[in-house]
Amino acid sequence: MPTETEITAGLSEIFAEVFGREIALTPALTAKDVPGWDSFKQIEIIMATEERWGMRFSTRDLDGLRCVGDLIAVVAAKGK
Amino acid sequence: MRHLPPPPPDFRARLAALPPDPRTAWEGLAALAAHALSPLQTNALDAALIARFPTPPAFAAAAPLRLALLGSATTEHLAPGLRVAALRRGIPLALWSPDYGQYQAALEGPDPALAEFAPQVALFALDAHHLAQEAAGGGSVAALLDRLAALWARARALGAVVIQQAALPVAPPLLGANEHRLAESPAAFLAAFNAALRARADAEGAHVLALDAEAALAGLGAWYNPTYWHLAKQEIAPAAAPAYGELVGRLLGAIRGRSAKCLVLDLDNTLWGGVIGDDGMEGIVLGQGSAGGEAYVALQRYARGLAGRGVILAVCSKNDEAVAREPFARHPDMVLREGDIACFVANWGPKPDNLRRIAQELNIGLDSLVFLDDNPMERDLVRRELPMVAVPETSDDPEQSIAALVSGGYFETLSITEEDRERTALYAGNRAREALREQTTDLAGYLRGLEMRLVWRGFDAVGMARIVQLINKSNQFNLTTRRYTEEDVRAVMADPAAFGLQLRLLDRFGDNGVIAIVIGRVDAEGDCDIDTWLMSCRVLGRQVEPTTLNLLAARAAARGAKRLVGRYVPTKKNGMVKDHYAKLGFTMVGETPDGGSRAVLELAGFQPAETFIEVVEG
Repeated sequence: MPTETEITAGLSEIFAEVFGREIALTPALTAKDVPGWDSFKQIEIIMATEERWGMRFSTRDLDGLRCVGDLIAVVAAKGK
Repeated sequence: MRHLPPPPPDFRARLAALPPDPRTAWEGLAALAAHALSPLQTNALDAALIARFPTPPAFAAAAPLRLALLGSATTEHLAPGLRVAALRRGIPLALWSPDYGQYQAALEGPDPALAEFAPQVALFALDAHHLAQEAAGGGSVAALLDRLAALWARARALGAVVIQQAALPVAPPLLGANEHRLAESPAAFLAAFNAALRARADAEGAHVLALDAEAALAGLGAWYNPTYWHLAKQEIAPAAAPAYGELVGRLLGAIRGRSAKCLVLDLDNTLWGGVIGDDGMEGIVLGQGSAGGEAYVALQRYARGLAGRGVILAVCSKNDEAVAREPFARHPDMVLREGDIACFVANWGPKPDNLRRIAQELNIGLDSLVFLDDNPMERDLVRRELPMVAVPETSDDPEQSIAALVSGGYFETLSITEEDRERTALYAGNRAREALREQTTDLAGYLRGLEMRLVWRGFDAVGMARIVQLINKSNQFNLTTRRYTEEDVRAVMADPAAFGLQLRLLDRFGDNGVIAIVIGRVDAEGDCDIDTWLMSCRVLGRQVEPTTLNLLAARAAARGAKRLVGRYVPTKKNGMVKDHYAKLGFTMVGETPDGGSRAVLELAGFQPAETFIEVVEG
């Protein structure tokens, strides 16, 4: 079961791969704060997150995503 | 994509450090594409490709290809996988898509942007939800296919080859195992659509992208994830986009004649278990008695099945030749026999050298070879020295070899010709001809002894598959290397000024099949432009060239031509025909900066060459 710190570290790697540059992740960070974070990138982030922790998100998981903190919470909840 | 090796650890760094020279950069991108890339890596490679080449480069090994991606739901996420799969085959791909869901309107208009794009391929990537809606409206499969066939015809009128995607079986069953008994079932409708699609596509000259078969192979879950459908109307899951691109890429390769022609087999621990030189005939694992032995038999059967539909088989093994040949001649459980192997190379030399020799002996390009070897060192060496040879990832597990060959789809073929079925016999005939050549002391005696007949016909529907195949596959003996689709060939048949010739060579050892294609076009001044002249290399040195000229001169004169105008357009591969027209007595009248040339032959004073080939119409 990954800790919140491990999840954040893993997501940082995913964001770096998706955007081709380092993104400083904070729980409050949203798509509006990051240039280039469009729906295409959003799907890349979700897909890579599923792949990394071997989990599958439901539509309800995805509907609840507003910020990076929500994503961390979903991964933590599913990882239990 | 289990046939591809894993990407290099410094994938991102190599992507970021592409050299400034466009050709080197293109080759670097193609080299990176030749790995089992993750979806994110595929997207990153595509982003670098687009940034570097906003329009497809003209210098690549293959000419750029324009594909209209016609979807009924989201298809943007498929574009990177499509471009990368094409890049993997050296094909620069240009894509055009209509606005969301507007495929029918775009074709019926037609959308001026679509007409201007002039698609060479139209990929109907219609999602199953959309197709099943017809059932909900009380429509029949036949009515749906009628509607699609009308759209295929519109795409063809724009000059495109049509690919229709089969429906992914995404609809959950309502009844169960006997779903087909429920008339209104979407699942039953999609199954019936997929079943009826094949015959209709064949009747209309469209090709099928068999997504249903792939879903059966890998499981529907590998292709479809309802979450992404609900989230973004992506029926092909984004994780499957690279595999989707690869599947289409194979068809594009086949349309372009870039499919492989020859499977080169290693022996020890690839075709049988163990090492024949050490373990001997009794010691190798092959045949009944063990699961492992059965598995090697299954691989040999698969190879033989490929040979039966036209794939050439060759052997490349580090062994003493006599030892390597022994199981082929005497092992009771061998499926493959010496007669199945068109070129048998067993020695202790480096495999890249031996692969070059195989390509040369079979008169095919190195990029026509697929090299199957359990040894990772040999695979690595061949990949480094001969990057144009396809080298599937495998091991000493023959089941993995079959899976890798299936996954690679190296031999994707759109139609089967008589020549394909007879290929093994053709090579056997070549061995008999070789024996005759050794018996006869002079070339004239050999050629006379072959008792050759060149049988010619104009282009027709019967010969269509082979005509298109030769036009797209012939690289070496090809004066202009103009690639034509079936649509283009029909246009030649319909053009009153043009004529096409298909030539079949027979001799006392059998039928060599259709081995040459010529397209001529006579203008008002009496110039007959030789648009295309190509020939299969396996009949080189048999006087087919001067005999063809005799025929061509007669056919052109019958259409009022006063002179023949030939052209040599150089490519990487057709150096052997640089002096073709000069050798045949044409007058050279001009050279192009790239080494090409133009040549003219006045028909008034033309004396047909005397050859040992009888020309017959038939």
